[in-house]
Amino acid sequence: MLNSSLQQLGSALRAGKISSVELTQLYLGRIAELNPALNAYITLNPETSLDQARRADSLLAGGKAQPLTGIPIAQKDIFCAKGWRTTCGSKMLENFIAPYDAHVITQFNDAGAVNLGKTNMDEFAMGSSNETSYFGTVKNPWDRNAVPGGSSGGAACAVAARLCAAATGTDTGGSIRQPAALCGISGIKPTYGTVSRYGMIAFASSLDQAGPMARSAEDLALLLNVMTGFDERDSTSLQRDKEDYGRDLNKPLAGLRIGLPKEFFAEGLAQDVAGCVNAALDEYKKLGATIVDITLPNSRLAVPVYYVLAPAEASSNLSRYDGVRYGYRAPEYGDLTEMYENSRAQGFGAEVKRRIMIGTYVLSHGYYDAYYLQAQKIRRLIAQDFDDAFKLCDVIMGPTSPSTAFNLGEKGDDPVQMYLSDIYTIAVNLAGLPGMSIPAGFGTNGRPSGLQIIGNYFREAQMLNVAHQYQLATDWHSRQPDEI
Amino acid sequence: MSPNVNLANADVRKVARLARLGMTETEIESAREQLSGIFDLIAEMQAVDTNGITPMSHAQDVTQRLREDVVTETDQRELFQSLAPQYQGSPQVEAGLYLVPQVIE
Repeated sequence: MLNSSLQQLGSALRAGKISSVELTQLYLGRIAELNPALNAYITLNPETSLDQARRADSLLAGGKAQPLTGIPIAQKDIFCAKGWRTTCGSKMLENFIAPYDAHVITQFNDAGAVNLGKTNMDEFAMGSSNETSYFGTVKNPWDRNAVPGGSSGGAACAVAARLCAAATGTDTGGSIRQPAALCGISGIKPTYGTVSRYGMIAFASSLDQAGPMARSAEDLALLLNVMTGFDERDSTSLQRDKEDYGRDLNKPLAGLRIGLPKEFFAEGLAQDVAGCVNAALDEYKKLGATIVDITLPNSRLAVPVYYVLAPAEASSNLSRYDGVRYGYRAPEYGDLTEMYENSRAQGFGAEVKRRIMIGTYVLSHGYYDAYYLQAQKIRRLIAQDFDDAFKLCDVIMGPTSPSTAFNLGEKGDDPVQMYLSDIYTIAVNLAGLPGMSIPAGFGTNGRPSGLQIIGNYFREAQMLNVAHQYQLATDWHSRQPDEI
Repeated sequence: MSPNVNLANADVRKVARLARLGMTETEIESAREQLSGIFDLIAEMQAVDTNGITPMSHAQDVTQRLREDVVTETDQRELFQSLAPQYQGSPQVEAGLYLVPQVIE
């Protein structure tokens, strides 16, 4: 049951071979057993989950089931879910009970899915190792000395350790793809504007995008079908017709043109990761694809541009945490300014404060043109590089992350080293393109390695097709950690 | 204006004040070191010629939508007030308002 695809689970549920309550209890039991060591979940409400499962069972009994009805999904703790504690990995929101549902949560509720719990994450999604969470580090299920990646580290861990059927994540600079790569699972960040940001706690609004994390491309397609769609409550939500993201899964890949950006294979890429990517490319050639050399000349600027734009937007977004209407308020203060300063100093962790400081600085008087405006201009150059590249190829491939999972604590004291671990993912967010990561083997240390697939705007169905055909030909995605 | 990446503690103190982040002198010093490292990384983009390039703020060519000027929110004051922070054991609300230290004498 734990290794069944979502489609198989749905069929078993609809055929009455298992009930949603039984399935939910199975996962809750595994969570009780394994989560104390892995720390993938911040909040569980077993009774609430089981209530949802009972409602799903009555839908199933009444023949009113949809594809995900009764399936237990882990929600990243960045999505507000009514009545659920929603912390965003921060002390600032340690006791915040969300008064409403995020659009993504509503979509899953309407589909009859079960909310299994809220997964751990880097504080306010700022981090690449899950080590900035106020609720403790998450362990990589493949090697508990390793980070799971971040910021959706709890989600990636939960999927890899079979602590949920599938999970949600969010990706501002790589936060779905990098942890998916490091934990050996599949994850997709769709085109910016495809999934509503309503009720998804804001980090950098022009880059934040939600997406699913699961064990296969086939599962991702079913999840995307539920998560996407226009929502008038998000001003950047795109008005587009609903589509079936699984419609092209079974198309053959003959004639597919895969673009390889030479910049993704330069200095800084670990040899074992490069080896996994090259082996995957050989597999694609066997499937009928051809390789095209392309160039993304401005991609080296993606990290600097990102570390201006994302902190700038974050410093503005996080100004709402002032200790007045909700969230943490310091126990001691004199005047109003001191109340703000103490509440924010005590409620935010080091990385969040660092990014607020960067953002405040680059937006401050006299520096706006040199930093923020310059970064927005280079952002366009980066997007144009992709436009040019997609004239020569259908999808772009490369590594997701420069190395396999690093050790817990390894990059803790050096923010710049940590930032560089997202060097291949960030440009995709700046351009607003869809990007995904699928498992493509293991490094010399036995930790998983990911293949990144970047598509043109709105080409998620094609990317899922490309990923699914690889997963039919290989079995990396169905490997699981020994102890699990 | 070309940006000054040689941050002094006074610059960091000023930014912390603007961001309403209380910081001790030790924290200011360590923030200065780390921010300097990050600004060295960022400095790479200063040399790029961006004359004539339009800044990009959204991935799609979209404009802000307008909607009918009608009430869409319901009154949830009580629910929202129940989330107010506590101070010395009591929620900081009164008569439907939020309580903060006195600002005007």
